[in-house]
Amino acid sequence: MAASSERSPPPFPDSEEPELLEDSDEGADAFTGTSISEMDSPSPDTTGHSKDIFSDPAEDIFSDPLSDINSEPKKNSDVKIPSPASDEAVDLFSDPLDDDEPSEMSSPEVQNPVPDLSNEPAEPPKSDNKKPIFEPAAKVKKAASAELFDDDEDDEDLFQESFKPVMKKPQASVPPLDVYTEVKVKPQVKDDPTDLFTEEALTPPASKPAANTRTNGVHSEEQDLFSEATVELSLDSPHNDRKKKDSVNPSVSAPAAPVASSSSKPPSKTLEELEEEESEDKFDLNVSITNPEKVGDGMNAYMVYKVSTQTSLSMFRSKTFTVRRRFSDFLGLYEKLSEKHSQNGYIVPPPPEKSIMGMTKVKVGKEDPSSAEFVERRRAALERYLQRVVSHPSLLQDPDVREFLEKEELPRAVSTQTLSGAGFLKMLNKATDAVSKMTIKMNEQDVWFDEKIQDVENEEQLLRKLHVMVESLVNHRKELSGNTAAFAKSVAMLGSSEDNTALSRALSQLAEVEDRIEQLHRDQAANDFFTFAELLADYIRLLGAVRGCFDQRMKAWQRWQDAESMLQKKREAEAKLLWANKPDKLQQAKDEIAEWEAKVTQYERDFERISATVQKDVIRFDKEKARDFKRQIIKYLESLLHSQQQLIKYWEAFLPEAKAIA
Amino acid sequence: MMQEGLDDGPDFLSEEDRGPRAVNVDLQTDATLQVDISDALSERDKVKFTVHTKSTLPNFKQNEFSVVRQHEEFIWLHDSFVENEEYAGYIIPPAPPRPDFDASREKLQKLGEGEGSMTKEEFTKMKQELEAEYLAIFKKTVAMHEVFLCRVAAHPVLRKDLNFHVFLEYNQDLSVRGKNKKEKLEDFFKNVVKSADGVLVAGVKDVDDFFEHEKTFLLEYHNRVKDSSAKSDRMIRSHKSAADDINRIASTLYTLGTQDSTDLCKFFLKVSELFEKTRKIEARVAADEDLKLADLLKYYLRESQAAKDLLYRRGRALVDYENANKALDKARAKNKDVLQAETTQQVCCQKFEKISESAKQELIDFKTRRVAAFRKNLVELAELELKHAKGNLQLLQSCLGVLKGDT
Repeated sequence: MAASSERSPPPFPDSEEPELLEDSDEGADAFTGTSISEMDSPSPDTTGHSKDIFSDPAEDIFSDPLSDINSEPKKNSDVKIPSPASDEAVDLFSDPLDDDEPSEMSSPEVQNPVPDLSNEPAEPPKSDNKKPIFEPAAKVKKAASAELFDDDEDDEDLFQESFKPVMKKPQASVPPLDVYTEVKVKPQVKDDPTDLFTEEALTPPASKPAANTRTNGVHSEEQDLFSEATVELSLDSPHNDRKKKDSVNPSVSAPAAPVASSSSKPPSKTLEELEEEESEDKFDLNVSITNPEKVGDGMNAYMVYKVSTQTSLSMFRSKTFTVRRRFSDFLGLYEKLSEKHSQNGYIVPPPPEKSIMGMTKVKVGKEDPSSAEFVERRRAALERYLQRVVSHPSLLQDPDVREFLEKEELPRAVSTQTLSGAGFLKMLNKATDAVSKMTIKMNEQDVWFDEKIQDVENEEQLLRKLHVMVESLVNHRKELSGNTAAFAKSVAMLGSSEDNTALSRALSQLAEVEDRIEQLHRDQAANDFFTFAELLADYIRLLGAVRGCFDQRMKAWQRWQDAESMLQKKREAEAKLLWANKPDKLQQAKDEIAEWEAKVTQYERDFERISATVQKDVIRFDKEKARDFKRQIIKYLESLLHSQQQLIKYWEAFLPEAKAIA
Repeated sequence: MMQEGLDDGPDFLSEEDRGPRAVNVDLQTDATLQVDISDALSERDKVKFTVHTKSTLPNFKQNEFSVVRQHEEFIWLHDSFVENEEYAGYIIPPAPPRPDFDASREKLQKLGEGEGSMTKEEFTKMKQELEAEYLAIFKKTVAMHEVFLCRVAAHPVLRKDLNFHVFLEYNQDLSVRGKNKKEKLEDFFKNVVKSADGVLVAGVKDVDDFFEHEKTFLLEYHNRVKDSSAKSDRMIRSHKSAADDINRIASTLYTLGTQDSTDLCKFFLKVSELFEKTRKIEARVAADEDLKLADLLKYYLRESQAAKDLLYRRGRALVDYENANKALDKARAKNKDVLQAETTQQVCCQKFEKISESAKQELIDFKTRRVAAFRKNLVELAELELKHAKGNLQLLQSCLGVLKGDT
C-alpha cells in the first residue's frame, strides 16, 4: 500500500481551493470506482472547505444589514443625480429626512405628477417607469460608496419588495387598479392602502382630488421603499406626523390608515436610546429555588419547593426571606401575570410545562433515578422562570410577584389544572384566538416589527431544530455511556481470562479507564441537557411568548381598524342623510360620529402604546437572550473542557500500563 | 501542532499505518517472500485487489510481480488450506471478512433522496462524511485481506503451499466460483456435525496438561473476545452518532448565526466553528477506536476461532487414536483383522502425534503474536486518545478565550 501512493499521487492537495462542484465529482468517483490511492487524502479538502464557510460570509453578515440600511437615506441625500428625471428622484431621497417639513414631501409630486401616469393607471408599468430613474442614481452611488446598492439586483429587490405590500393591502378589497378609479368618484373613501405620503398629499385639501389620487398611486410605492430602507425615519416621523394628522383630520373627510407612521410610541425615542436605557435596569434581587420535597402520598402527592429571595430593594419588607411554593403556585403566578400584562405587550416569561407523565412517576416511584432527574430538571426550570420574572422591570413591580415571593400562604391556584373546567375554557380561548389570528391580515408597515416578527419566527424554528438535535446528542451520549460501561465490563472479563499476566493487567486497567470514561460521558450528557438543551427549550417557550406579544399588538391594530371602518360607515350614513335632507336624524348621526372618532383615537393610542411596549420589551428580551446564551454556552463549553481534561488524565495514566505489556 | 492534527486525515489513512501487517499481527518477515496489496479498485459489487509479490524463491518465474484478485479467490485459498489434511496441525490464518459497502451505499442513496430537504452546506457536509466513511471501510477491507496474505507468507509451512503460489503468480482469473446452494447446505451440515462433535471431543479429558489448559483458555477467551468485540462495536457506533449530532448542531448554529441580526450572531458562528472542529475530532476518536480496538478484537475473535479449530482437529485425532486402540484391543481379543487394526492404530497415532507436535508450537506462537499485537495497539490507542483529547482541549481553550474576550 505504501507503494501505491507513490504511483498515483492523491489529487486533492494539488488544487488549492477546491470548489464545491469539483469536490462532488470526486465524491461520485469514490463510489463508482477509484483506486484507493486516488482517494487517499480527502482531509485537506475538507478543512480548506470548512475554513471558507466560516471565514467568508461571516464578515459580510456582520457588516451588512442594519448599519447600511440606517445610513442609506443619508447618503442618498448627498447625491446629485444628473438625469432628466432627477427632480423627482432627488426629492424622493432627500425629503424623508426632513422630518420637520413633511408636507413638502408630497408637494413636488402634486405639482409635477409623472406625465405618463394619467394615461397608464396600471401598476406594473409604473414600476418599470421608475426603474430607469433610479438606476443612474445607483451608478453614481457605486462610485461614492461601494457598499450601498452593491449590485443591480439589490436595486430591483428594493423595488419589488416595495411593490408587494401595495398589492396586498387588506382594506383594498378591490385590486389597486380599481381603487384608483373608484377614488376619483368618491374621494372620501380613503381607507384603501394609503400611508404617510398620501396623507400628506391630502393636506392641500380635497380641492384637487385627481392629483391626490394620482400621487396616491405613485407614492404608496415610494413610501414603502423608504419604510423598508430606513428604521429611524419610521420611528421619528410619526411624532411629527401625529400633529399633522390631528390638524388634517377635520378637513379631510376620512383619515387614512397610516399603519407605518403610527407604529411606534408617542415619545420619539430611537432604538439606540431604548437600548441604552435598557442596559441600566438591574435589580439587586436574587431568587433561588431549593429543597424540592414531596408532600403527601399517592396520587395526591405534590412537590414543594423552597423559594428564597435575597434583596436590598425597599419594596420588600426584609432583605432575605423564604417561602414554600408548589408547582401549581408557579403556574398560578403566570396566569395572573399574563392576564394583566400580556395584553399590554409585555413578554411574560412562561413557566415550564406541566408533565403528567413525569409527575406521576415521581408520585408513584420511590427512589427512581429518572424521577430524581425529573425533579431536578423541574426545579432548575422553575428557578430560571422565576429569575426571568423578577428581572423584568415591569413584572417585578406587580403586587402578585411580590406576594408570591413574600407571603407565607398563597390562595390555592385552581385554574391551572389541565383537566379542570378553567383549563378547558382556556383551551377554547386559545382555539378562538388562533382562528381570529388567522383571519387578521395585518399589513405590516413598520420595518422594525416586520423584520422582528420574521426573525422571531425563523429563530424559533431554528431553535426547535437545534433542540431536537441537542436532545439527540443527549440520548446518544447516554447510550455511549451505557455502551462504554458494558464494554468496560467485557474488557475486565477478557482481562481475567487472558493468561499473559502483563496483558491481563493492562486489560483490567483499560477496563478501569473505560469505567471512568463512562462516568465522564454520563456527566457530559447531563451537562448537554441542563446547560444546553434546557436553555434552548426555555427560549423556544420564550419566543412563543414574544410571538404572543406580537399577536396582542395585531389585535390592538385590528380593533382600531374595526373602529375606523365603523366610523367610515357612520360618515357615509351622515352623507346620505345630508343628501336626503333629513335634518332630524342628522344630529344623532353627528353624535355617533363624534363617539366613534373618540374611539378611533383611543384605539389608535392603544395600538401605539402597545407597539411601543412590545418594541421596548423585545429589545430588552434580546439583550437578556444574548446574555443568557453567552453565559450558558460558555458554561457548557467549560464543561466540555473539563471532560477533555479528565480524559487526558485517564489516558495518560493508562499509557505506561500498555507499554508495560511484554 | 494542533493545526496539523486537524489537517491530516483520520489516522487509518496516515502513512504510519499503511503497512497493515503491523495492525493486528506481529510477524517476522523475511526478504525471501513479501506480499502486499498495492492497489484496490472498488467496482459495483466487488473489490479488485492488486496483489504485489516480491520474492527470491526459486519456484517463481520472476522476482517481482502483481496479479489482480477478488475476495472469492482469497476465500478459495483459505478453504484450500482448511481442507488440506497436511495442515491439520496448524492454525489456519482466518479468512478476511466479506467487503460490505451496503450500509454505506444505502446511506448515500438516502442522502440523494433527501437532497431537496437540506441546505447546500448540509448536503455537502453529509456527502463528505459519507465519503470518508466509505473510504474507511474500503481501507479496512483492503487491510484485512492484506493481513491474511502476510500471515500466510510468514508461515513456515503455508508459505510453501502450491495453491498459494498459484494465487500469487497466475496472472489470469483463477475462475473460482462462489459455493452453490448444495455446497452451502453441505457446509452447513458439516458445521453442525463438527460443532456437535466438537462438544463431544471437548468433553474428552486431555492427557496433556498443556493442551488441556489451552483448551479451557481458548474456549473462554473466544467467548469473551466475542463479547468485547460486540460491545466495542456498539460503543463506537454510539460515539459516531454523537459526533454526527455535534455536526448537525454545528450547522444549525451556523444557520442561526447567519440569520440572527443581533450581536449574538458572531457568538453563534464562533461556537458553530468550534463544534465543527470538535466533531471532527470526536469522529476521529471513534474511527481510531474502531481501528485500534474493535478491529484488534475482531481479528482475535477470528484467530482464536482458528486456534479452536486446531484444537478440535487434535481432539478428533485423539479420539480416533483412542478408538483405534480399542479396536486393536478388540481385534486382538478376537484375533481377527489384527493387522488392519494395527495399521489403523499406527496411522491414527502418527496423525495425532504430528498434530500435537506442530499444534504446541502454533499455540505458543499465537500467544506471542497476540500479546505483541495487543501491546502495540493499546499503546497506539492510548497515544491517539491523548492526541485527540489534547487537540480538543486546545480548541476549547482558544474558543473560550475568544468568547470570554468578547463579552
